[in-house]
Amino acid sequence: MKILVCISKTPDTTAKIAFANGGKKFEEAGVQWIINPYDEWYSLVRAIELKEKDPATIIHLVTVGGADAEPIIRKALALGGDEAIRINTDSSDSYYIAAQIAEVANTEKYDLVFTGKETIDYNGASIGGMIAALIDAPYMSLATSFLMEGSTATITREIEGGEEVVTVNTPVVVSCQKGVAEQRIPNMRGIMAARTKPLKVLEPAAADSLTSIESFELPAPKAGVKLVSPDNVEELVRLLHDEAKAI
Amino acid sequence: MVLVYIDHQDNQIKKSSLEAVTYGVALAKQLGTEAHGLLLGTVNDDPSALGAYELKNIYQINDAALSSFDAQVFVKTIAAAATKVGATTLVFSHNQTGKAVCAGVSALLKAGLVTGAIELPKTDAGFVVKKSVFSGKAFANVSIQTAIKIISLSPNSFRTTGGAATMASIIPLDIPVSAGHVKITAVNKTSGEISLTEADIVVSGGRGLKGPENWGILLDLAKELGAATACSRPVGDAHWRPHHEHVGQTGVQVAPNLYIAIGISGAIQHLAGVNRSKTIVVINKDPEAPFFKAADYGIVGDAFEVLPKLTDAIKKMKASA
Repeated sequence: MKILVCISKTPDTTAKIAFANGGKKFEEAGVQWIINPYDEWYSLVRAIELKEKDPATIIHLVTVGGADAEPIIRKALALGGDEAIRINTDSSDSYYIAAQIAEVANTEKYDLVFTGKETIDYNGASIGGMIAALIDAPYMSLATSFLMEGSTATITREIEGGEEVVTVNTPVVVSCQKGVAEQRIPNMRGIMAARTKPLKVLEPAAADSLTSIESFELPAPKAGVKLVSPDNVEELVRLLHDEAKAI
Repeated sequence: MVLVYIDHQDNQIKKSSLEAVTYGVALAKQLGTEAHGLLLGTVNDDPSALGAYELKNIYQINDAALSSFDAQVFVKTIAAAATKVGATTLVFSHNQTGKAVCAGVSALLKAGLVTGAIELPKTDAGFVVKKSVFSGKAFANVSIQTAIKIISLSPNSFRTTGGAATMASIIPLDIPVSAGHVKITAVNKTSGEISLTEADIVVSGGRGLKGPENWGILLDLAKELGAATACSRPVGDAHWRPHHEHVGQTGVQVAPNLYIAIGISGAIQHLAGVNRSKTIVVINKDPEAPFFKAADYGIVGDAFEVLPKLTDAIKKMKASA
């Protein structure tokens, strides 16, 4: 079995978000970069678990980004995976990124393509769905559990107010979230091994960008909290009813 | 022409989809064009009633293959329908179904997509859609450069209207539907629960409640308010509450009318998931809890004393109303 795990580089969850150039650009100074948590904790770890069960499994990692994405992809390789592919281009357009990954997927013919349910920076939640459409494979969004039996995958996925269990034959594209696997910490052996694992750099394929980010804004600061005494909850109820019109 | 995808589950049109309808109609007015709906499969109620939201036509595709959900099949069908009716803008809700299909439709039509829009686009020069990024810590204004544009609307960002005295025309569309590859073997619904992303009011608990056995006072308050329940990440990780209740940067992002946080300190990752709530109430014993800085109203006090009193006070208010 051959698995492709899509890896994205995102600011750390504790990063202070600020913008430069009058809101045109994300301020990268002082930002710690991490593997997008959904890519790392769920899709990558689940792929590694599948390889542990069936050692013949081959795992490729792919990222679309400049040379500054290499520490992230090495960190991912330290967790597991056989080789990595970096497509050497920077973009914030989902379609452009998905088209690059679809190009790799079309050549390599993976049984499974895993993505996180979204990245924690652009929150697009679109790369998986686009790859699936571009390679004409079934798409399983928002998976909370993933099991493999032969060439049949059994996937539990989130729907409104609950979950459904579906079966589908490979190839399939899956977006993973909490429940699919548990976070792992890379060990020293993994970190050492990652140094010598192949990391292939590909130049981007021709593809269009369909969108571009014009500017960023920060939310307006709150006016300040109105404190109510714990002995006067009636006052809170009155404020929520009369002032906030929230109840 | 604006085409709104009518999303339904258990043959009922979802609330988040009605928000998308309201949004699509407002967008069509802004663009000086018409808004129509696209319905795959059937719903219990007469879909022409969507005229109340000023949708003109409902294009309906009825095919046995659409009776159960398969993203690949739905994507192809929606893309073909959009092309057939000549849609220039497609609107989805950014709910579970929207997340499953709108990206695929975007790829097939090579139509620029912005997911999780929070307001109407600016269309005076170009087509710029505002969306939440960095998991709620900021907004981005994203320009769509293609002729066909696709927007998915963040739930709870746009209030539904409705009430117009018009009926929509139902127009059957003849689109060949391909067979799917996906078999649904089970559906597990958490019955009676209010959907977290669609809820008007969310009551959320953190480590300050000390253990799962203490959730009763929170559930009582939620019940009195008709609220959905949520929790912070440590609570989800400790399995005090189910995973799907975890709100925050790596959990669910919510934007209810009212968010009540009980015993949650307000880590930056938690705030990211809730800061688009219209009104935030924080109840915490610790006056230094960072959550107070993000709150509109606060009570510095012991949740175990405050919550039962608050539930009572709301009960009394409702009785006297």
